Amino acid sequence: MKPKRAVGDGIISAVIKICGYSSILFVALILFFLMREGLPALWDVKPSSLIQPRWYPIEGYFGLLPLVMGTLMVTLTATLIALPFGLGTAIFISEIAPNWVKVVLKPIIEILAGIPSVVLGFIGILVMVPLLRKFLDLPTGLTAFTGAVLLGLISIPTIVSVAEEALNTVPAGYRQAGLALGATRWQTIWGITIPAARSGILTAVMLGIGRSLGETMAVMMVTGNAAVIPAQWDSLFRPVRTMTATIASEMGEVATGSVHYEVLFLIGIILFLLSLAVNIAASAISTRQRKRADRILS
Amino acid sequence: MRKFLTSLLLCCLLLQSCTADQNASSGSPAITSYYLENKGSDTIVNLALAWAEAYQKIHPEVRISVSGGGSGTGLTALINGSIPLANASRQIKAEEIEAARANGLDPQEFIIARDAIAVIVNPENPVRQLSLEQLSAIYRGEITNWSEVGGEDRPIVRLSRETNSGTHVFFLEEVVRLGSKVDKTIFSADTLLLPSSEGIISEVRDNPNAIGYDGLGYVTDEVKMVALSSLETPDEFVLPSIDTVNDGTYSISRNLYMYTGNPPSGELKAYLTWITSAEAQQIVTSLGFVPIIIPEPAK
Repeated sequence: MKPKRAVGDGIISAVIKICGYSSILFVALILFFLMREGLPALWDVKPSSLIQPRWYPIEGYFGLLPLVMGTLMVTLTATLIALPFGLGTAIFISEIAPNWVKVVLKPIIEILAGIPSVVLGFIGILVMVPLLRKFLDLPTGLTAFTGAVLLGLISIPTIVSVAEEALNTVPAGYRQAGLALGATRWQTIWGITIPAARSGILTAVMLGIGRSLGETMAVMMVTGNAAVIPAQWDSLFRPVRTMTATIASEMGEVATGSVHYEVLFLIGIILFLLSLAVNIAASAISTRQRKRADRILS
Repeated sequence: MRKFLTSLLLCCLLLQSCTADQNASSGSPAITSYYLENKGSDTIVNLALAWAEAYQKIHPEVRISVSGGGSGTGLTALINGSIPLANASRQIKAEEIEAARANGLDPQEFIIARDAIAVIVNPENPVRQLSLEQLSAIYRGEITNWSEVGGEDRPIVRLSRETNSGTHVFFLEEVVRLGSKVDKTIFSADTLLLPSSEGIISEVRDNPNAIGYDGLGYVTDEVKMVALSSLETPDEFVLPSIDTVNDGTYSISRNLYMYTGNPPSGELKAYLTWITSAEAQQIVTSLGFVPIIIPEPAK
């Protein structure tokens, strides 16, 4: 009996181990593939050509600046929109709402998370684009801002569910202690519950940013895709072209191995590095927070 | 996007009806099935589908599957030898012919229809006509307000298809560069590149500032076409139509092609011959393209 059980255990733990390590392997393989296809662009295209202000690949203009800045502007604005809404909703669901509201709200938010981004893109084109143009008196409603609002909508459910989970893991005793010391409900939420759940909330924000950074379809449909460097004060309300939209719309017709193909993979590498940077920044902040909390507790 | 989905759906239906036919006729071994794969330009995909459907009605023993993907995609598949018939909205390039020869092929060209690019504006826009130079200057970014071309004081929002579209390249060469081979001007940087015909039509329909272009076959009644003059006759403004394209007075039109890997024979040749018949060219007209009138049927 005993050795048989040991063998069974051994097999299962080996399988689980393989599953765990395979994700590392996949990331490594993806990175290797990106590097192999994209890095030759650095030799084939002059660096001065990569930082020029124009992107028009079919005639050899490979300026990446408009694309990188376009993505950064749309993602940052989307995060600024999604953050208050997402965190507010999470706090409401976890701390304030009565039970029956929770039961209704949570599935609704999960449905919102399940709506395909193409559908949101359609709504964006048909509803938001004309509305924004009329109300803000813009030349066109296909702007960075339109994309950012849609991306905000797309990343809110991610932020809500992860942040709400984090708030739920805060022990009830913390809240009770706060209230018992005479703090108001709001003081308890702001001063105790949120700081206690900070690292989970940061993860939520990070996942939200990652979601906006990588989203393609909805952005491609509503931002107008004009590769202009957003350098004017009203650039947020002008068309932009993001990196993801560029890859998606140009990869289909590009000849494998051509310079254009390599540069598209180089854009992929830049996207990869950006999300890596977001990850590293967030994990650095959350570990620093934990140390401070440890100090206070000790 | 919608166009793509409809064509995908049509493809599925077509394939399904074909297999259904085959099942029904499996009792009679006399019917030999000929399978033809046809791929390429998104501009041509609806036309090729309509042709395939009509031809299969006359010749139930032939099965034709049609898919899009772009002229380059179709020609690449032809060069690789994976399909026998490619659709292209541009002429085959010299390097593509070379690549095909390297694979032991001898590509043959067939003009199957004509296509005109219509320039469209919002119906509210009072501008009715533009010279080709004015249109070029608009897309180069030299004219930025409608008042400069006889319209209201509104900013011009330029719309274009994505750079991977055959229509984009054609417009670049014939309009932005006015047909000059040495001119290396490109679209103004703030030109909006929209991923689909529908995107362009819907923005022009809603936005009185917008100007766009698209294949004549895709233009709907919700937008207004602009009359254009040619470089030779700058004072004659012509609206795109089947007649003005065929008599050569409308300035931006092009041929649509099918390419075979080798000189066609047998069923493939029969299909290509049928495509140039009056019956098949009637379908061209019904889809908003322009038929190749080689033998003008007496009316």
